[in-house]
Amino acid sequence: MRLKLVPEETSFDFMSLGKWAAGLSIAGILASIALVVVMGLNFGIDFRGGTMIEARTQGPADIGAIRATASDLGFGEVQVQEFGAPTDVMLRIGTVDGDGDAQMAVVGQVQDALSAEFEGIEFRRVEVVGPKVSGELITDGLLALALSIGAILIYIWLRFEWQFALGAVIALVHDVLLTVGLFSVLQLEFNLSIIAALLTIVGYSLNDTVIVFDRVRENLRKYKQMPLAGVLNLSINETLSRTVMTSGTTLLALIALYALGGEVIRGFTFAMIWGVVVGTYSSIFIAAFFLLKLGVSRDWSKPEKDPKAGTNFGAQV
Amino acid sequence: MLQFPTWKMATVILVCLAGVVFSAPNLFYPTVEQANDARAAIEAGRDGPELQAQAEAWPEWAPSDLVNLGLDLRGGAHLLVEVHVADVYAERMNALWPEARGALRDLRDEVGAFRRVGDRPDALEIRLDDAAGADAAAEVLRGLAQPVNAGLLGGGGPDLTVSVDGATVTAELTDQAKAAIDDRTMAQSLEIVRRRIDETGTREPTIQRQGDDRILVQVPGVGSAEEVMAIIGTTARLTFHMVEGTTQDADASPPPGQIKLPDAEQPGVFYLLEEAALITGDRLTDAQPGFDSRSGQPVVNFRFDAAGARRFGEVTAANVGRPFAVVLDGAVITAPTIREAITGGSGQISGSFTVETASQLAILLRAGALPAEITVLEQRTVGPDLGADSIAAGEIAVVVAFAAVLIFMFVSYGLFGFFANIALLLNVAMLMALLSLIGATLTLPGIAGIVLTIGMAVDANVLIFERIREELKTARGPARAIEAGYARAFTSIVDANVTTLIAASILFFMGSGPVKGFAVTLALGIVTSVFSATLVTRLMVAAWFDRARPKTLKV
Repeated sequence: MRLKLVPEETSFDFMSLGKWAAGLSIAGILASIALVVVMGLNFGIDFRGGTMIEARTQGPADIGAIRATASDLGFGEVQVQEFGAPTDVMLRIGTVDGDGDAQMAVVGQVQDALSAEFEGIEFRRVEVVGPKVSGELITDGLLALALSIGAILIYIWLRFEWQFALGAVIALVHDVLLTVGLFSVLQLEFNLSIIAALLTIVGYSLNDTVIVFDRVRENLRKYKQMPLAGVLNLSINETLSRTVMTSGTTLLALIALYALGGEVIRGFTFAMIWGVVVGTYSSIFIAAFFLLKLGVSRDWSKPEKDPKAGTNFGAQV
Repeated sequence: MLQFPTWKMATVILVCLAGVVFSAPNLFYPTVEQANDARAAIEAGRDGPELQAQAEAWPEWAPSDLVNLGLDLRGGAHLLVEVHVADVYAERMNALWPEARGALRDLRDEVGAFRRVGDRPDALEIRLDDAAGADAAAEVLRGLAQPVNAGLLGGGGPDLTVSVDGATVTAELTDQAKAAIDDRTMAQSLEIVRRRIDETGTREPTIQRQGDDRILVQVPGVGSAEEVMAIIGTTARLTFHMVEGTTQDADASPPPGQIKLPDAEQPGVFYLLEEAALITGDRLTDAQPGFDSRSGQPVVNFRFDAAGARRFGEVTAANVGRPFAVVLDGAVITAPTIREAITGGSGQISGSFTVETASQLAILLRAGALPAEITVLEQRTVGPDLGADSIAAGEIAVVVAFAAVLIFMFVSYGLFGFFANIALLLNVAMLMALLSLIGATLTLPGIAGIVLTIGMAVDANVLIFERIREELKTARGPARAIEAGYARAFTSIVDANVTTLIAASILFFMGSGPVKGFAVTLALGIVTSVFSATLVTRLMVAAWFDRARPKTLKV
């Protein structure tokens, strides 16, 4: 007997669920934007500049004492938190006045003070990002995100029609905003690797959406008389099994990484897990629903006139 | 078409075999790495039974390319530093001022008294008492311009543009001149940073120019970035000056032709020195740490080249009995009295050195002075323990992710899932082989990329298998269903993977460091997974079908 996460034949009416889903998503997006405005994001030193020290103490770390020792040096507020294990702590210190050399001096002084106070303390990782670079990292990150969404818009537009491109991009922006919102509400550290995760989520979610759209295009040609809502429902139901299978395997791999891959990439894998869930949801409910609302001109899909509408470079074997 | 042409079958099998063979060295990472190092050492002229044994631990004929481990896995220091190229503009302008002063003095009748004003590093601004002479003064300054050395293509214009604003004449470096200075400064800085790091004997440092005025330095195995900065952050400009006097007055302004510099050790002590250096550090041919024969204190022994030795001999002969100062980066390290002419071209710098500071200064003097100051913009250091922990955690995660996906696929698709699983294993082997062959650097996010590839690699197979299931309902017989399944799924696979590839390439071009590593593994993973899904599983399915000829198909 085979494992089947989705029954052989399904006929869910995704399109009538669509307006509920759209409402839910719009509420989620508005909430995310509001959260980011009100609570802000817990930017890591990549974007804020400053110093980060990961240390391991002999025996369980006394976070209060470490904070007191580091704060006494007078470099402003020092954040100290446990990092993955009771013996491991993470210190964060804001940017001090002066250039990168001044930031480097902070590291030396903090390490000296901690070494004197806590015997056998070990500094496992040190990162210093000067104010000049952190500004660039923000712009580069945002630019990368905007560029990739733009490139994807153009690609889908070429391969399909503009309605498809717009539907897909709405779904992508939806995924990105909900992920950013989650990082804001949980106040998880938002750093460069989260930008990488966002870009990967964009790629993944799009992957899902494109598979559905591909089937929509095929069915539009096959069932010329069927109303658009019916075609969309049929296409999503036909690809549902695949969507769930692929999300399942990817989630399995990501959960393994989240649980076992160590603290350093936990933020990244957390973002990815959430992104895969949201991305799967958005390809099923959001992308096609907006396609329905935007409408599709069906003349282009006549196979006898123009069998290869769009730039069709997938070889037909 | 379930029948594969023989050549196609052979190619697919060969590619898979190559994947296995070229990824294999990574399974024996420490042995292969040691053997590679030992071979490099033997080639460089060192030899010994231990090196021979290490070199023989991995057979000569076997492939020996390995994936590079990134700093976050191996441990080490990453520094992004900025070279203050404007320092060099200021130097050119400061050198221009005495020339300009001399030339303008000849025109005293026309221009009257004049002085230097402003503090722009890239311009010399001179205010004249008599605005009427401004044009004549500008003409003189134009005469001091030198052609820009714009490389082989030539066509270098003058390096100065001179403008007049009332009684102020401004000589300014042209953009072309600045670009030429930037290039020269960066080239020299890179060379000197590289020489200094090589002197410390670390293995495989990365030293790259980034952007207009930045250098990226990555040194594996170094425990702290401060160590690296101590080596590369010091300008190490050594000069020798005659001493005119000392003072405790921090505000005292030196008479013309003299400069006031602080003592390197005693705060509040200043020396008045002749502005013109007797001799500079670029005349050094060698510097070595040593011990003073009488006091036993650590010292740095140095040797001048022929011209430097002659000059040093003349100067010391003429100034016996007077003190001279050894100045390093604007501070006096020592100011001994010349007892006799030093003609041999070698000498000794004693100061309050420790053994470490003496050997460090020797390294810096040997490698030469940096043309401009360097400051840190960004540093990231990972201790070797954390790196090892990350590798261990990554390995476990990969194995568990693998096992989970393999079981899941087999349970879902049975025999076809088994085919997909073999393809998945080959896929990861091919990915590792590609990463090793191009010498890519594997970072922690890179491992995440591999794990993600494992999850997504099965997608193409899932698409195909699901499609076959659908086709089985309508098509006539299993052979046609399989054929149609592969054919119809192919466009979806291309579209789906091209979009991910777009995201990965933007990550590659925009990202830095670890993020780049992630993008490389993700992009290569997409390529190998499409290959393994569309060709490798298909080959297996075709071979099985050919043999079993099933009447019905269960996917």
